[in-house]
Amino acid sequence: MSFLHLAIFLPFLMAMLIPIFYRWTNQLHTGWIVLPIPVILFIYFLTFIPQTMQGVVTETMPWIPSLGINFTVVVDGLSLLFALLITGIGSLVTFYSIFYLGKKKERLNNFYAFLFIFMTAMLGVVLSDNLVVLYLFWEMTSISSFLLIGYWYHRERSRYGARKSLLITVFGGLMLLGGILLLHVITGSFSLREIIGEASVVQASSLFIPAMILILLGAFTKSAQVPFHVWLPDAMEAPTPVSAYLHSATMVKAGLYLVARFTPLFAVSGVWFWTISLVGIVTLFWGSITATKKQDLKAILAYSTISQLGMIMTLLGVGAAALHYDSWSDDIYIGALVAAVFHLFNHATFKGSLFMMVGIVDHETGTRDIKRLGGLMRIMPITATIAFIGTFAMAGLPPFNGFLSKEMFFQSMVDVTTLNLFNADTWGILLPVIAWVGSIFTFVYSMIIFFKTFGGKLKPHLLPKKPHEAPLGLLLPPLILSALVVITGLFPNLIAKPLLEPAVKSIMPSLYGTDYHVHISFWHGFTMALLMTFGVIILGILLYKTANWWRPFIKEKVPRFFQWGKAYDNSMYYMEQGSYRFTLWIMTGWLRTYLNYMLMAFIILMLGTIFATDALNFDISTISRVTMMDYVLALVIVVTLVGVVFSKSRITSIILLGAMGYTISIFFIVARAPDLALTQLVIETISVVLYLLVFYHLPQFSNIEEKPKWLSVKTLISFGVGLVVFLISLSAYDTTFYDSISQYYIDNTYTKAAGKNIVNVILVDFRGFDTLFETVVLAVASIGIFGMVKLRLARREKNENK
Amino acid sequence: MKTNDVLLRNVTKVVVFIIFLFSLHLFLAGHYNPGGGFVAGLTSAGAITLTLIAYDTQTVKSMLNINTIMMTGVGLLFALGTGMIGVITGDPFLTHKFGHVDLPIIGDTALHTATIFDLGVYLVVVGVTLTIIQTIGESD
Repeated sequence: MSFLHLAIFLPFLMAMLIPIFYRWTNQLHTGWIVLPIPVILFIYFLTFIPQTMQGVVTETMPWIPSLGINFTVVVDGLSLLFALLITGIGSLVTFYSIFYLGKKKERLNNFYAFLFIFMTAMLGVVLSDNLVVLYLFWEMTSISSFLLIGYWYHRERSRYGARKSLLITVFGGLMLLGGILLLHVITGSFSLREIIGEASVVQASSLFIPAMILILLGAFTKSAQVPFHVWLPDAMEAPTPVSAYLHSATMVKAGLYLVARFTPLFAVSGVWFWTISLVGIVTLFWGSITATKKQDLKAILAYSTISQLGMIMTLLGVGAAALHYDSWSDDIYIGALVAAVFHLFNHATFKGSLFMMVGIVDHETGTRDIKRLGGLMRIMPITATIAFIGTFAMAGLPPFNGFLSKEMFFQSMVDVTTLNLFNADTWGILLPVIAWVGSIFTFVYSMIIFFKTFGGKLKPHLLPKKPHEAPLGLLLPPLILSALVVITGLFPNLIAKPLLEPAVKSIMPSLYGTDYHVHISFWHGFTMALLMTFGVIILGILLYKTANWWRPFIKEKVPRFFQWGKAYDNSMYYMEQGSYRFTLWIMTGWLRTYLNYMLMAFIILMLGTIFATDALNFDISTISRVTMMDYVLALVIVVTLVGVVFSKSRITSIILLGAMGYTISIFFIVARAPDLALTQLVIETISVVLYLLVFYHLPQFSNIEEKPKWLSVKTLISFGVGLVVFLISLSAYDTTFYDSISQYYIDNTYTKAAGKNIVNVILVDFRGFDTLFETVVLAVASIGIFGMVKLRLARREKNENK
Repeated sequence: MKTNDVLLRNVTKVVVFIIFLFSLHLFLAGHYNPGGGFVAGLTSAGAITLTLIAYDTQTVKSMLNINTIMMTGVGLLFALGTGMIGVITGDPFLTHKFGHVDLPIIGDTALHTATIFDLGVYLVVVGVTLTIIQTIGESD
């Protein structure tokens, strides 16, 4: 166990101590106590930058070595980028929440405990090399996110959102586990690096595509890709710091991380390329269009997150093409990966600041509805500045970092059309077109966020609170993020070499050792991408100006056509209703129905087995001679049997049953089984007496004698069971496979057990163990009867005395 | 049933002993001839049932003051105890011993621990049957 392992678990350990601090420090806001942890971790992870620029850092701690499961931590460029985002934005969010959540009203111990468990989980996901450990942390993010979304559990919508996100992300998590197990089946290893090392084995395997699809399902559900994006807008019921942290900067990017991690393994396949690119582009498109019709600021940001995640996903998909080029020099698709990593960083910064900005607006005005907001620029100038930087970066305007990554995005989309792999030359043109249209809507909703909130006229009568500028504590974290947006926008190469380049190299491990360098230029001439950006701005402004005209259309017409959220709700409803109805239908509560099920299952299974294994055989040579006596006895039994079934009164049936029992004892005599005949006679007498007793005590109203119906399901089943048992008996009669072991008993009854009655000797000596427990059965039965009768009497007496 | 069943009761007095002796015969002969603890137990219970029919439960109780459930328990103890003999001597559970023993009065006798086991079965069967019949008979 190294300090690296400790670093992952540090927030978790803190989460365990939080209740103690919360209880013993009444004056101090709990947030101040926990704040040092992410800050220390951030600084600690910064020290890894020089190492990851060279290669990877690996630390191993055995966990379950016998199963090949070790807690191996590997820090490379991609992990480090994520770890820095998690701890950096984690520090800012912790700081922000100190001012956002009141000390008196909120249960802060819960909040920080959940948040820090989440932080550990997220660090574990991005730093684990072992896939089982990764899965462990993956589910931990789902669970802690569930707890955080349902933080205000007294609200119905919070509970709904939490449940929805848990169902969808855990579904994806289980799919991921399936994918991991398939990879383990193929390679015999759980280590990500080892599996990627055996990429050729995996690619040759028939389980390649299933494993890929399962892992993609895990990634898509976590990263809110269409159609699994439905949970993210409802997760906005969480406190705003949580939305800023989980649902913009970290957890939703876990899916992207997974896709990037598995790129060296799966990218050879066209399925991977097309699935990721198309799902990403559809998500981008759908998210940006839906965002424009929302009223709630957080809902707009939720859909914009979905859309931006789709964009990064598309870039990762396109970047998969890079694997097909041996030499990086003529490979333009590596640019897509750079764009993906760069936008991932950019999105985390500006989306975090935007969520915090919305939190401030909500906090200071009491509403997030853009219909009621407006004209806040004069009152909240700093917040407006933050919003300006964030929204314009999101829209992809210079000089912010969003501009650069959007340019690179367009460039990659244009490059796809020249790709001559996976039939990209025929359908590839779709990608830039959809991406471009989606970006126009991105521009529109970014403008909506800024101008509807801060532009226009102030509407004081609509606001629940009198608005004023937020305190410095709330403003500081988004200001830091905005500063990052501007700095990385103006000087992108500050992070290109230490952060982006190692990250790209860890997505494409073949780049290690080459002299590949990431260089992001602010200006690269009049390219197609720049023209597209101009188009986005011009059309975006036009659309924004005419928003009042077309927004009602997508708001009312499109939803009538199709709604994902409705689809989810309906599927839940019908699943519940369906299983309820099914249970009602199949579980009637009548024993006879269950008996029918059992016997039908018996018939089907047995007949199926008999015919499937061709087991039906009967050898006529082994049967013994049938005597006249046998015929007579069989006739008597058949006659009594028919009588039992068809008799009108119960007492006749009982008497006939007794007659049948006595006939069977005669059978035993004929078959030379005197012990059996004796016992059968006595037992038959006793049971007939008991039957008569029961009959005598039947209550009058149920004593109506009824004739059993002919031809019903029951008749068919009865005949079926009889036939099946008959067939089995016939087939089983062939005893030629093994000799009987009875010769041993015949030989040894006297010599070894000092007896001559072989039946009795077997009962008490050779197989006395069985007899012992049969006596126990009898004893239990008698005590049971005693208990039932006596306890019932005791209860009745007690009731009478009342 | 308050009619004067002189015939039934007198016949019962004689027959019960015959049935009981027959069951004793079935029990003792079990190792060599048809019979054994189970049938013998049932037959003995039958003899007692006959007295139950001829008299009533109170009379039978005063004649045979046996706790039938205790009898079942003792029977189970016999069966289990026989099994433990083998364990004590170092053999597997339920290993029976037999042989000729020179008893003081009877002289040379062939004895077998399986008989004790059968005695357990006998007691259990009598106890169980009587418990069931008496419980149901007294129930209302």
